[in-house]
Amino acid sequence: MILAIAVLSGFGLAFFAPILSRRLGHSTGWILALLPAGLTVYFASLTPLAAANEPATFSYPWATELGLLFSFRADGLALLFALLISGIGTLVVVYAGGYLKGDPNLGRFYAWLLAFMGAMLGVALADNILVLFVFWELTSISSYMLIGYEHERESARGSALQAFLVTGSGGLALLAGLLLLGNAGGTFELSGLLAQGAVLRASPLYLPAVILVLLGAFTKSAQFPFHFWLPNAMEAPTPVSAYLHSATMVKAGVYLLARLGPVLNGTDLWLYAVGGVGAATMLVGGYLALIQTDLKRLLAYATVSTLGMLTLLIGLGSSHALEAAIVLLLAHGLYKGALFLVAGALDHETGTRDITQLGGLFSKMKLTATAGGIASLSMAGLPPLFGFISKELAYEAALEFGPWLTACVVAGGLFFVFVAGAVGVGPFWGKPKQTPKSAHEAPFSMWLGPLTLAGLSLLIGIFPASVSGFLVSPAVSAAIGEAVGVRLKLWHGVNTAFILSMLTLVVGAGLFAAREPIRSVLSKLTWRWGPAFLYDRSLDALNAVARGQTRFLQSGYLRFYLFTIVFVGTGLAGYTLFTRGGFHWPLDVLDVRFYEALLAVLILCGAFFATISKSRLGAVASLGVAGYGVALIYLLFGAPDLAMTQFLIESLTVILFVLAFYHLPNFAQLTLRRSRLRDVLIALLAGGLMTTLVLSAVGIQLYPRISSYFVENSLPLAHGRNVVNVILVDFRGIDTMGEITVLGIAAIGVYALLKLNLGAGRNREGEEE
Amino acid sequence: MSSLILRTTARYLTPLLLIFSVFLFLRGHNQPGGGFAAGLVAAAPFALLSIAFGAAEARRILQVKPRLLIGVGLLTSFASGAIGLLKGQPFLTGVWGYIQLPGLDPVEMGTPVLFDLGVYLVVIGVSLSIIFALEEAE
Repeated sequence: MILAIAVLSGFGLAFFAPILSRRLGHSTGWILALLPAGLTVYFASLTPLAAANEPATFSYPWATELGLLFSFRADGLALLFALLISGIGTLVVVYAGGYLKGDPNLGRFYAWLLAFMGAMLGVALADNILVLFVFWELTSISSYMLIGYEHERESARGSALQAFLVTGSGGLALLAGLLLLGNAGGTFELSGLLAQGAVLRASPLYLPAVILVLLGAFTKSAQFPFHFWLPNAMEAPTPVSAYLHSATMVKAGVYLLARLGPVLNGTDLWLYAVGGVGAATMLVGGYLALIQTDLKRLLAYATVSTLGMLTLLIGLGSSHALEAAIVLLLAHGLYKGALFLVAGALDHETGTRDITQLGGLFSKMKLTATAGGIASLSMAGLPPLFGFISKELAYEAALEFGPWLTACVVAGGLFFVFVAGAVGVGPFWGKPKQTPKSAHEAPFSMWLGPLTLAGLSLLIGIFPASVSGFLVSPAVSAAIGEAVGVRLKLWHGVNTAFILSMLTLVVGAGLFAAREPIRSVLSKLTWRWGPAFLYDRSLDALNAVARGQTRFLQSGYLRFYLFTIVFVGTGLAGYTLFTRGGFHWPLDVLDVRFYEALLAVLILCGAFFATISKSRLGAVASLGVAGYGVALIYLLFGAPDLAMTQFLIESLTVILFVLAFYHLPNFAQLTLRRSRLRDVLIALLAGGLMTTLVLSAVGIQLYPRISSYFVENSLPLAHGRNVVNVILVDFRGIDTMGEITVLGIAAIGVYALLKLNLGAGRNREGEEE
Repeated sequence: MSSLILRTTARYLTPLLLIFSVFLFLRGHNQPGGGFAAGLVAAAPFALLSIAFGAAEARRILQVKPRLLIGVGLLTSFASGAIGLLKGQPFLTGVWGYIQLPGLDPVEMGTPVLFDLGVYLVVIGVSLSIIFALEEAE
């Protein structure tokens, strides 16, 4: 129970964040951060349970017929993620208070940030894969709102939409994949699926399921060729970039791969698809990072590269590779989160994010520089930092797979060293440069986060045993699918991995030293036909198709709409009726009484005169005759409710017509004779079809009549003697609910149309009421 | 459209029609009537008033915004459905009880009545939103 409350608490607080933000002013960040801080403590307290392989669980039957349980499970992997989410979340919420100080929409920002945290915790802790999917989509939505936070800028809106469309279409694929998995495995519970590995791999649904799930994971985790949305997502305020687009959300795809690894792993498809895409992403991301000058985009490409390495390691699937992936996941969350926050502080204090304009800031921003320095050393993989341990593990894992793969991973390592230098060293050392704002130290709220994360990178590096028992071992066990004990060590002795690691540092430092010439050479080699170009073209094409078909279907002429609807409806219904043998002619059709026939003639006359009338009032009056005639028929056949409603509607229609006449030009006949003939034909067709349908329906009895049930049970079950009303408000209440909702929406539509029309002529906004 | 006859009629008809609409609403569960018809009858006097005296005057007499009535009505209907949920039954299950008014026999009362009240409010809100907007669209 507490587990479910913990996951959903973010949404709860998000609801109140705008109000709190208005009340509390500048201290809001600190107070809101109490929730993620508390969650961090709570999740930490669950780790012994996970380590003992008795994870905390929660399960509530949601829609059991659909296999849908609202269930959570806090095993090692889930808790590692939950701790990253809530821990970094705490620091980011505090940081945002300083970074966006004075922003009028800060309350809304907090609301989406906290909602994101809730959604992400849901992804990490969900045990039911459908619940996981719901939270997965919620992270995409909150990411959309946060990237587009500065919605006045077109580039922010465009990037938000791009991220949303790419991850959203991946999400659709994921849903299909998860449904296939659930059907093939016979359960939608992750914990249940884990026992079905052999069944799933042998199932014919395995191939499509894996491909669809991978599409979801790859789009979310910005894998090549879907990587382009992540650098563009840097339009978001920096706390968002640090939190969503580096430490947590973009790892959701990696998380899902690690989660499903024990089930899906072990086939060539998995090895080559996951490993291959991961390797390609690592190299493409790293290469593109070389030519960036914007701090945040540089970090974003480095994140892409890291996500690629994580995917590669999970694709390899050996126990060493998975161990390396989990450790890299944690290490990257710490150092990259810190570096993003440092980049935000630099931007905030100097007014620029261009690395060619930043230099020599150490003396002015000592604390930020310290945090950036430590974090970048961890990223570069220098002992005794946590990043060093993770890099050694990655190299060791790669060495098992031969020299080519090792070269690949070492190349990834080189890119990390380069980026680490450009972000953590470049801006703070060397010659001081002129910046748009005169730089000084960032406020407490803004150096607390980076310094804490950097400090953790150092502490864990020196004392790796502190996390290996309670955090890393359970997580690796969950990713492998069997209990293993991981013992992290800083010093492994001088072996191949260590020599490669040192080599990486030296060559990487060389790359960094030669960064200016490298950038100037490589930036000439850019190509147009990348995936981003394809995205733009297909979006343009989609919009063009939408515009074209809107122009065709939405002509703006009411008669065209009526014509289309009536003609298509009549045609389809008529075709089915006559080709499928639904046509019947009841024998007792001529058994009518005198006054019934009289009423029918009256209705027909009314309808006929309405069509030939030369004035609007005449037409409305004739229609009224037809309408009242129908009401009388209802009355004759014992339906007083219907009759009364019909009378009222007829009267109301007259009132509406009278009001509308007031605005219409004088009646004139402008249509051609030919088009009037066409309309007559369609009207006859439609009327004839309706008559045939009604007559046929009288003679057909497909199912036992339900009306007797209603009549018998109206009083005992629904406490009412008027069956019609009981059906409306009780037996078929949900229909009525839908109808009144539609009615309300229609009224809003009419209202908007009328008011909008006014706005075009003269601006009368705000005048009503 | 200011006619003395219309103005006088509208003035006298308004209370009568409103009382009639409440009557229709209350008898609906056992005899012809109900929220939909009653809502239309309740909207009629305001439509008359808006034709006779103008929409501004009709709005002033109605006092609440018609759009608000739509929202409140929808909420009422949804809430009446949710009462069943609270008792662990499916959404929209009717829950019945008795209300004891002083000096009267106990009156049977249930969530469908609340549901119908929602329909009543939505119908009034929808018709008047459209009628007032049309009347104002000069």
